[in-house]
Amino acid sequence: MSDCVLVCNVFNTYIFLYRGLLIMLRALAPIISVAPVRAMMDERFSVLVENLPPAAPVTVQSHHYSDDQDDWEAYGHYISDHNGTVSVSKHLSFGGTYSGVEPMGLLWSMCPVPGSRMGLRLRKKDVCTPLVVNISVYSGHDGFRDKKPLASAITERWYMAPGVKRIEVNENGVRGTLFIPPGPGPFPGILDMWGGGGGLHEYRAALLASHGYTALALEYFKPGELQTANLKFQYFENAFRIIQDHPKVNPDSVGILGLSLGSSIALGLAAYSNIIKPRACVCIGANHTNGLEVHESKDGFINLEQAIVDENNHHIWRNIGLAMMRDPSNLVDVQRINCPVLLVSGQDDQNWPSVEMADDITQKMHDVGKAHQLTRIDYPDAGHLIEPPFSPHFRATNFMVKDKYKVIVLWGGQTKPHSDAQEDSWRKILVFFQQHLYSITSPKAKL
Amino acid sequence: PPPPARTRSTDVGSLLKLSVQPSRGLVDEKWKIVLQNATPSCSVTLHAHCTCEDGHNWEAFGHYTSDATGTVDGFLRPVPGSKPGLRMRKTNIQVPTVVTISVYQGHHNMGFTDRVLLASVVVERWYMAPGVRRIPITEGGLTATLFLPPGSGQFPGILDLWGGGGKLVEYRAALFASHGFASLALDYLTCKVTTDTGLVDDEYFETAYRVLQQHPQVMGSRIAMLGLSLGTSITLKMATYSDVIKLRCAVCISGSHVQPVGGSLKDILELFEKNHKKAYVNEEKQVIMRNLLLPIPSEPSLKADVGRLQCSLLLVVGEDDQNWPSYESALDMKEMMEKAGNVHLLTVLSYPNAGHLIEPPYSPHTRYSNFVSVGRREKITVGVLCIWVCLHYSMIHVSSLFFHGHSLHIRCLSN
Repeated sequence: MSDCVLVCNVFNTYIFLYRGLLIMLRALAPIISVAPVRAMMDERFSVLVENLPPAAPVTVQSHHYSDDQDDWEAYGHYISDHNGTVSVSKHLSFGGTYSGVEPMGLLWSMCPVPGSRMGLRLRKKDVCTPLVVNISVYSGHDGFRDKKPLASAITERWYMAPGVKRIEVNENGVRGTLFIPPGPGPFPGILDMWGGGGGLHEYRAALLASHGYTALALEYFKPGELQTANLKFQYFENAFRIIQDHPKVNPDSVGILGLSLGSSIALGLAAYSNIIKPRACVCIGANHTNGLEVHESKDGFINLEQAIVDENNHHIWRNIGLAMMRDPSNLVDVQRINCPVLLVSGQDDQNWPSVEMADDITQKMHDVGKAHQLTRIDYPDAGHLIEPPFSPHFRATNFMVKDKYKVIVLWGGQTKPHSDAQEDSWRKILVFFQQHLYSITSPKAKL
Repeated sequence: PPPPARTRSTDVGSLLKLSVQPSRGLVDEKWKIVLQNATPSCSVTLHAHCTCEDGHNWEAFGHYTSDATGTVDGFLRPVPGSKPGLRMRKTNIQVPTVVTISVYQGHHNMGFTDRVLLASVVVERWYMAPGVRRIPITEGGLTATLFLPPGSGQFPGILDLWGGGGKLVEYRAALFASHGFASLALDYLTCKVTTDTGLVDDEYFETAYRVLQQHPQVMGSRIAMLGLSLGTSITLKMATYSDVIKLRCAVCISGSHVQPVGGSLKDILELFEKNHKKAYVNEEKQVIMRNLLLPIPSEPSLKADVGRLQCSLLLVVGEDDQNWPSYESALDMKEMMEKAGNVHLLTVLSYPNAGHLIEPPYSPHTRYSNFVSVGRREKITVGVLCIWVCLHYSMIHVSSLFFHGHSLHIRCLSN
């Protein structure tokens, strides 16, 4: 490498010559560049605008047209430096949908454009194609949208790395999609479960496979079936076995990732199953209500009569969870769990009392000397839906409770801290899984 | 029933984790390859493989001792047993090149397909950024392809010329468009006009320039020309003498200004033909052609008068160019421009031990390749590349310049 540096120095003179050329050729068309131009959804990018006049007020805007045919955008107001450059990674945004130095603000602060339908949520259905984002720079701050952009670039954000295989699963009654990393394997596995909204969402499992895990995105009821679905323990055990039995999976390295209701199922499986033993569990929106048992009860999972509705007509359900916590028979006996557990909660979770539940889980594990198994992270001002990094934040969105009956559910969280929580928790979740699923030998000596 | 027992992998360490970033990159972006969970101090070979469009297999490899994370200083060469003299050039640039990066236990130089694979990942390398538009051009009888960057704005333009191998080579123009330049890749040797009526004249190039200049999304006053090898001869000719073509700047890679002044393309090619006896064949049966234009003549009628140039000129030369006397020509051009007083327009980038084919970054280096020149088919050598040049050039501003020291002697010998 030292040879490289030496030779580089020799050619610095040529670089200076070209900087001179650059200064000579002023008043060029601005150019905007994004690097990398194709990236995974959880990777950072840098956005750079050059060839602007110095000290020029400009707006950098991102735009995405979703699968659901909605327009999403984010923008930041900048002032170019003496070189006529705006670097979103390094310069301050003075307002817009985000402010401050925010390299990824053009993604996480996206919201539906003015005039859109209410309660929208951005979730990619087709993970085999990228999320396409158009990034443009406009002159000025106020009223920037009325002008033509000075320059544009298009960037692709992918959920699936090259070589990842996607396989639809419908086996033993289990419905889902399996994502397998490229290579000979064997790989660790992850059972990936979403929450009470139901349906089949593949994007997080696709991302996990892109990080080297064979991941099964599991559908366990359809949207609107939260109150009526018949959830059976065996269904989840079968799903877990499908992963374990796959020829490219190391059967001793299969974990579970669950969000919300998925989190309660994860804890239930870890505590009660005699057939499957998850190697590690990650619970987003800590929830140790016994989802599988409670479903048998007449009220269904959510007793809507107990829901609080705020002044915006948004449903707050956290008190329902608090009420359930008062009756121990509603809760999973977490003291039976023998594997490492990571609890990720938002302190502004309005949908479920995840912090209170995490407190309860922590206390109970501590009481039986299992505190070392537990890792918990609480994020200030984050809400319930802690998604993969750079996903837009939704404070309240449409939720189908039953048949066509939709309400708007308040999830909570303030956009910037929630987005930070998404980025940080994902990294920690990946490290957690890597530590417990990729490394076979335990770091602790056995006494 | 308990889950089936499965053999763990080897003494390298169970559940090796291999990752490459970025997994989808432009061809001129660097990679970072990270291998984790190997047992300490174990030998591994990192291997890259791809099958190019014509079905040939290319590979590169590096030997590592674990507990080191780092980058792979690899390059792609044809696998042993392949057809000799291959050159990797992408023709369909709308789809990525797919490369498989694998890890094998131990240090090996060959026989990879027979070895036990520990882990592998797949990466894509693209010549076109998202949103770049590819537009075939037949206007004015041209055989060309225009690449436009995304967006509705106006872009500076580049007229992109390759060398004596002919054909319509698009990948470099596509890369330029990915960096914000409206770029026109032009076939001037094997184009339709030539098939129909014979070698093109100056008007062909002037038409190409006009097509670019008059395009609503091109800044007519900011057009540059880039030529490699024979393309340099055309570029210098047009830059120096054309009344129609007004270039903002010109870039000439691995070429020469030696040409009959006032001559056509046909005249230039005839000059080479005339001197063909000066070429010689070395022990490896490779044709060295650099002497064809040597010695650099002192007579003004035999070289483009670069002293007349009014635009900036960048000359990129490899000092070990075995195909053209590009280094000697650059020195002579510098002298001419010093005498004429316009040397401030000149920049020479001269790379020791670089060869003739200075291509976009990270392209595989070919020490020699089959070359079908217009008129005859022969294998020629294009020079030993011992220091790999990663050159990221642009007409209006130079973004970066990298050097990557790498000893390729052993590999070259084994070729």
